[in-house]
Amino acid sequence: MTFAQAQHGFLSPTGVEIAFLLVGLVTLGAALITVTTRQLVHAALWLVVALGGLAVEYLLLTAEFIAWVQVLIYVGSVVVLLLFGLMLTKAPIGHSPDADSGNRWAALTVAVAAAVALVWVVTDAFRTTWLDLDGPAAGTTAVTGASLFRHWVLPFEALSVLLLAALVGAIVLSRKARADEAAAPAAPAKEGVR
Amino acid sequence: MHLAYPAVLSALLFCTGLYGVLARRNAILVLMSVELMLNAVNLNLVAFDVWLSRTAKDTLHSGQALTLFTIAIAAAEIGIGLAIVLAVYRNRGTSDIDKLRDTAEGPETADPDTEGPGTSAAEKAEAPA
Amino acid sequence: MTTTTLAVLVPLLPFLGAAAGLLLGRTVPGFVRPLAVLPPLASLVLAALVAARQGGDAAVDAHTELTPTGSVPVELALHIDGFAALVAVLVAFVATCVQIYSTGYLRDDPRYPSYAALVSLFTSAMLLVVYSGDLIVLLVGWEVMGICSYFLVGHYWETPEARAASLKAFLVTKLGDVPFLIGLFALADGAGSFRITRVLGAVATGGIGHPTLVALLLLAGVAGKSAQFPLHTWLPDAMAGPTPVSALIHAATMVAAGVYFVARLLPLFEASQAAMVVLAVMAAVTMAGSGLAALAQDDIKRVLAYSTIGQLGYMTGALAVGDRGAAVFHLLSHGAFKALLFLAAGVIIHAAGTNSLAAMSRMHGLRDRVPDAYWTMTVALLALAAIPPFSGFFSKESVLGAAEHVITGHTEHAPGAAGWIVLVAGLLTALLTAAYATRLWLLAFRGRGDEAPDHGRQPLTMTVVLWVLAVPSLAFGALTYRALPDWFDGRALTPTLLTSILGTGLALVGGLITYGAWQRTTALAARVPMGAVAAHPEEDAGLVEAETIATHEPAYGDIAYAADPADPSRLLLGPLRRPAAAGFHLDAVYAALFVRPVQAGARLVRFLDREVVDTYVHAAAALPRLLGAAVRRAQTGNVQTYVSALLAGTVVLAVAVLLVATGA
Repeated sequence: MTFAQAQHGFLSPTGVEIAFLLVGLVTLGAALITVTTRQLVHAALWLVVALGGLAVEYLLLTAEFIAWVQVLIYVGSVVVLLLFGLMLTKAPIGHSPDADSGNRWAALTVAVAAAVALVWVVTDAFRTTWLDLDGPAAGTTAVTGASLFRHWVLPFEALSVLLLAALVGAIVLSRKARADEAAAPAAPAKEGVR
Repeated sequence: MHLAYPAVLSALLFCTGLYGVLARRNAILVLMSVELMLNAVNLNLVAFDVWLSRTAKDTLHSGQALTLFTIAIAAAEIGIGLAIVLAVYRNRGTSDIDKLRDTAEGPETADPDTEGPGTSAAEKAEAPA
Repeated sequence: MTTTTLAVLVPLLPFLGAAAGLLLGRTVPGFVRPLAVLPPLASLVLAALVAARQGGDAAVDAHTELTPTGSVPVELALHIDGFAALVAVLVAFVATCVQIYSTGYLRDDPRYPSYAALVSLFTSAMLLVVYSGDLIVLLVGWEVMGICSYFLVGHYWETPEARAASLKAFLVTKLGDVPFLIGLFALADGAGSFRITRVLGAVATGGIGHPTLVALLLLAGVAGKSAQFPLHTWLPDAMAGPTPVSALIHAATMVAAGVYFVARLLPLFEASQAAMVVLAVMAAVTMAGSGLAALAQDDIKRVLAYSTIGQLGYMTGALAVGDRGAAVFHLLSHGAFKALLFLAAGVIIHAAGTNSLAAMSRMHGLRDRVPDAYWTMTVALLALAAIPPFSGFFSKESVLGAAEHVITGHTEHAPGAAGWIVLVAGLLTALLTAAYATRLWLLAFRGRGDEAPDHGRQPLTMTVVLWVLAVPSLAFGALTYRALPDWFDGRALTPTLLTSILGTGLALVGGLITYGAWQRTTALAARVPMGAVAAHPEEDAGLVEAETIATHEPAYGDIAYAADPADPSRLLLGPLRRPAAAGFHLDAVYAALFVRPVQAGARLVRFLDREVVDTYVHAAAALPRLLGAAVRRAQTGNVQTYVSALLAGTVVLAVAVLLVATGA
């Protein structure tokens, strides 16, 4: 690795690295706003920015299939789902002063400590590792599809079962609540005991 | 590209999500933070998959496959999670996590007729079961 | 059936009766009375059969070893000689009478089933003591009697007197039992066996080391059980129990066990002159002191209790002069008339509604209310005072004759000093006995004042028993004093002329002096009204008695004493009357010597426990409580807090692992 180190210093970044760094800064900033903003809907929107930034990072890492899946699933559906959730729980639109719980400072301590530890370990371990992005892309749709349906067929099928179970579970959870609501005032009374 | 860039970005994103999980009051914001953490992991997986497939240590593209699986599982998770949050919201009228303290014990929740804190704790533990 | 089988059945039947009574008492109340009366009755028949077969010949010996029990074997052994056969008949006879009497006396008592079962168990234990040929088996019966007496004396446990008396009876007898047990072990160590025959054989060959020490250790147990000075104090207090129980304890069981035990092992005591002298002094102090105390008691049952102590003194006196024939002879005749005295006293207490002689002396016509009790009690008191030809005369004269025998040097068994001590104390006690018997009779039946309350007729079961017991009280001595030596050691029990004249003369003097004193004091009775009467004409006698015991102290200021100027004891005892009533304040001495130091020690221990030991305990509890409070505060129920702590711990662990792995 001495060869690689000699060849690629941190002080002379390549173009890809600069692009990655800038998009990464945007992504991280969006993520930070997501977890700190006091406006709930804005948090969801900033999450879109963060997830979109991540999709760009995937592209920069030549994993194009993952990038489009990211855009489709996260940006397209998950965030929409979250917005629906916010609306269904009558989350306040606009500034809500109690978005953070009293646990904030403990959370900050833990998060900073974890960040320091992880960054220290990661930089210490991989400061000399070089990703060679030249040549054929590592994550084209063809490559990913071949690997997925050649080597990962069984987990893939199992995953479909899991998705089905999640689907059924989500429906059951939602239905049950509705049945309780409709059934009788006995259920809330029972709850009220607690 | 240095592997350190995606790895450090992934670590920082993960800790950001961690902070959100621990600090946010609204359950849906907590779910968003969980998504951030999952995505940080995904970034890590993709970066390492690129590195390992290039150095021919891994020919299965396991990083990318796992990323896809994670995305799928995250989708399932968000569906189930939202369903749970909605159910809780219907039952309690709130989705604030720090108001869901059934497992807590303390003077405001202890039954007056129980003697020691041990019994009330046991009762409290049983009650939501 | 062989004699051995019959003899085994004698203690077994009352035991089975007791077990059945305890088991069935609640569920099948109809069986309680037959189960109470029939086993002792069957035992009486069998004991009489055993006695007839044994016939005073060579002792019946049988033994079996169930299982090896270590270096010194414990065997189930029977040893039935003339003493055992006759004492067993007496025990079964008195127990039967008491059980029949109790069916009337405790007619409505809710605890009658357990009471009857305990009486049966008591009887069974005493029969075991009587027949046993093994000292450990004997000890089992001995201790079972102790626990039964505890329960029976405390039968009226609602009254504080009964509770205190039962505890006292148990503790005092137990105090004697500890040295007794050590003495038994010393005996077995010397003889290599617990069998009485082997032990006596070892004594004869001088195989027992330190006979004086062993004898004195055994004497402590005997003094406790047989209520001899200085361990006699439990017996007067035990009057807080029901009257039939008193009759049983005083006549046939418990107190007789000690005398009987010494009679069994008399050769051991004879081996030590010092033990014989100690026994004689013990007997003399007991006799004289109890006579004086009996003269001052106000409770009719307490008079009888002290008289029991005195009569037991006669028996130990006879043993001290080495004549166990005389001792057991007196034990038998005393058993009959003392049972009669107590049972008659129970009838009188029921009829008069009080146990106080002071109150009875202010009642007119009590004897007409209970003619059966009046006549039988008169017979029994004459027997007690040893007036010829009643049974007490012959047995007491045999004791005095034995003492005279020793003085004149006709025996090598006992020291002459013991003879003198026993004879002088015995003659003095004859005077005192006659005095208090006369006083009891005069105060109870010659009262002047208001008409005695009418409590209706006494139950037939109670009065019939009195007449049954009156027969041996009247005639037992005269009929048997010639035949009994064949059953015993063969020594003549015929009264000698000199002691007969002296004893009877002194008894007459005592009676006449008391009569004279009574003539002078009785006029005061009308002027000083006294007495509290518990009248429950509809209830059974047990309730009346429990009430009268409970009210004696509030009514008269003392459990044993009433400041009655009309009492002849005022003239007879003079300034001694108050201390005599209190048993010469022996209880106070014990309280100062033992009770207060023990209580002070208990207070010290309590202080140490509360203030010192508990401090450590509290401190040890406080730390976990603090920690618990801290941990409890952490349990907020907020999931995010938990997860924060979890992840913080994870980070710390991860960093630690990294540091270790990199060797930093």
